Amino acid sequence: MFRKLTFAAALLAATAISGAAGAKTLVYCSEASPAHFDPGPMTGGNDFDASSHTLYNRLVEFKDGTTDVEPALAESWTVSDDGLEITFKLRPGVKFHTQPWFTPTRDFNADDVIFSFERQWKQDNPYYTYLPNLTWDYFGGMDMASALKAIEKVDDLTVKFVLTAPNAPMLANLAMDFAAILSKEYADKLAAEGKKEQLSTQPVGTGPFQLVDYQLDAVIRYAAFPDYWNGKRKIDDLIFAITTDAGVRAQKLKAGECDIMPYPAPADIAGLQADPNLNVMEQEGLNIGYMAYNVTEKPFDDVNVRKALSMAIDKKAIIDAVYQGAGQVAKNLIPPTMWSYNDAVEDDRYDPEGAKKLLADAGVSDLATDLWAMPVSRPYNPNAQRVAEMIQADWAKIGVKANIVSYEWTEYRERGKQKERKGPFQIGWTGDNGDPDNFFGVLFSCAAIGTQNYSVWCNKEFDDLINKAKAASDPAERTRLYEQAQVVFKAEEPALTLAHSKVFMPMRKRVLNYVMSPLGNHRFVNVDVAD
Amino acid sequence: MLSYLLRKIALLVPTFIGISICAFAFIRLLPGDPILAMAGQYGVTPERYAELREQFGYNLPIWQQYLTYLGQVLTGDFGVSLGTKRPVATEFATLFPATVELTLAAVLIAVVVGIPAGIFAAVKRGSWFDQATMSVALTGYSMPIFWWGLLLIIFFSGYLGWTPVSGRIGIQHFFRPVTGFMLIDSLLVGRPGAFWSAVSHLILPAVVLATIPLAVIARQTRSAMLEVLGEDYVRTARAKGLSPRRVVGLHAFRNALIPVVTTIGLQMGSLMAGAILTETIFSWPGIGKWMIDSIGKRDYVVVQSGLLLIALVVMVVNLVVDVLYAVINPRIRVAS
Repeated sequence: MFRKLTFAAALLAATAISGAAGAKTLVYCSEASPAHFDPGPMTGGNDFDASSHTLYNRLVEFKDGTTDVEPALAESWTVSDDGLEITFKLRPGVKFHTQPWFTPTRDFNADDVIFSFERQWKQDNPYYTYLPNLTWDYFGGMDMASALKAIEKVDDLTVKFVLTAPNAPMLANLAMDFAAILSKEYADKLAAEGKKEQLSTQPVGTGPFQLVDYQLDAVIRYAAFPDYWNGKRKIDDLIFAITTDAGVRAQKLKAGECDIMPYPAPADIAGLQADPNLNVMEQEGLNIGYMAYNVTEKPFDDVNVRKALSMAIDKKAIIDAVYQGAGQVAKNLIPPTMWSYNDAVEDDRYDPEGAKKLLADAGVSDLATDLWAMPVSRPYNPNAQRVAEMIQADWAKIGVKANIVSYEWTEYRERGKQKERKGPFQIGWTGDNGDPDNFFGVLFSCAAIGTQNYSVWCNKEFDDLINKAKAASDPAERTRLYEQAQVVFKAEEPALTLAHSKVFMPMRKRVLNYVMSPLGNHRFVNVDVAD
Repeated sequence: MLSYLLRKIALLVPTFIGISICAFAFIRLLPGDPILAMAGQYGVTPERYAELREQFGYNLPIWQQYLTYLGQVLTGDFGVSLGTKRPVATEFATLFPATVELTLAAVLIAVVVGIPAGIFAAVKRGSWFDQATMSVALTGYSMPIFWWGLLLIIFFSGYLGWTPVSGRIGIQHFFRPVTGFMLIDSLLVGRPGAFWSAVSHLILPAVVLATIPLAVIARQTRSAMLEVLGEDYVRTARAKGLSPRRVVGLHAFRNALIPVVTTIGLQMGSLMAGAILTETIFSWPGIGKWMIDSIGKRDYVVVQSGLLLIALVVMVVNLVVDVLYAVINPRIRVAS
């Protein structure tokens, strides 16, 4: 028995790709274990890093380092004049991974595209409930079910998305992780064998890397896919060493046990920057931390009161104290890295005296209010309690008394959504697809009242602008409309825009060509390492 | 002996039910809603929320949820993780060997160092060795594990570069687990360096996890030895002219061992608690880290079933200790 086991283990070792002579290996100290390897139903950034960006492709993808959409599995696309149909020409000759658990007999085609979406959409699709308690959060969150009328196969390499209404952000949605393309042939094989759940643990994609092994909560190993449609990648072996503690990740990076790591602890950044073997990249995050006034609550229904309260807050002091160099003052709802950012908008100036006067003119005196502070640290606001205390002190200077309230995180958001909520509410957002609609529409449209519109703010002028922008297909026109929307937003002040955080990515100097994604993804498709 | 054993086993049943109620209730007492926690930043519509509550069974009265759960557990079904969608029992079985390996290594260090230290401290009572050992033990007992672990990593891995920072084996050693015990698997694979890589990865976490039990065992051994050394039969043994080594090693130590074995058994609970922190710091893929991650994600199913499975393990270990106790000390089984 012992000999048999030894032999089996030796055989496995012999088939291992790791450690082959001259192979290029990149070790990424990831922050958490992936739930599994099917990007469709998942929501976590670490889940997508381990699946969508390594194993799979989408019809269109975000160009490295930008939020621009570029062709991937679709070579090109056309939008009909009425904006109701998007027709994709698919890339010919794209291979799926050959794995011990599956050998594909055909190339990627339109059936794979239709399957990949219908499994998240049609309740009669055998994969709609292929795992227990499955929720297709992103497909639902991006409102795909109401935006899509049908996905039709025109021929093997042409597929048509029929929409219910013109929808310019749809292309960006299709570049998101949940829209990864899976092999229908493989799914059918698993269904026939009664092993559907293996779709999530033994993945087959078209992506730059293929899965070699996953040791639960410890290590994920990938190998470069030799037949990748865009050519074999430079890294031969990609390894995710799962290391949950940020301090330990930093130690591993310094010791050379990994080449690159996400999310360093703020306290470690200076030490990492000082290390001669390391590079620390930084970029503004695609996020916004803000404080929503409930515009249906008195006296916050008066725009002058909202303006006065915003003017009384020293945002710069908050950023310096709370974000410790890892944030910048936000004057708009969207971050400056996003297209259509309106740099001409003027931020509220910090002016306690002016604020006092504005409040007096509005007839408000002895104002006492609740002020909500998130109980958790978020990328867009590392310490909402501290922020609340600083706002409390600033408001005290103009005679406004704030009582800080907080609840457990899910409870906090639920209470915040209630239309009758009392007091300004701290919250934030991290963009998913780089489209401005993913900020303006999701957070401040009239339709979002009761869900993400914590200000209960429904402004016709603003809503018209963003709806027009959503339907328009000309990027220049969309930019113009969103720029205008930002002016309206600032004039109406439904919320105080506080900060965009900065994101750091430390790596060893041997890592080449790494580009930070404004969407917060960690992609290694174009990365190389120095020998 | 058999009836003693049966009585002990029978006692496990009410304990098990009590623990299952606690595990079930505690996670529900925590604030937070698992469906909302799962839903991410877009949230869910009220209709979908209601649908999911029904699907998960959270709409039923709490006692009914408990009975359903207990029924499933008794048939060996510990549920499916809300996050990974894998059976909890499978994940537990995959991760458990890592925790056992770490815990055994820690117990080994604690016993091998703690018992001799306690004996010498007792024999040399009042000497500088005694005082130094007990001061170190008190410090060890009061050591915050998280801080201690990071300190050791920074010093031994970061500054001296003697040990790896975290993980179970070097990334270059790739083989699929056979037993789940890295020390054994690395020997089975027969590749040079694999075993030593596994040993070097085990040292720091085992030392960190051993710190508190070591302190407890050393102190317990010392006080048990002191008590026994004052007994009449020890004086008689000395009067008979036996060598001090025989008096201490044979007569005193065997009798002092009884409370020490109990102490080691009782340390299992604190070892499990310590493993949670140690595994988190050292990225050790065991059940401690698994539990912490699941609490963070409000994965009710993993937390309640994980708690139950860990409690089962502790109960079984305590049973074994009780039996050992009875073997060492026949008076126990007769008296009970």
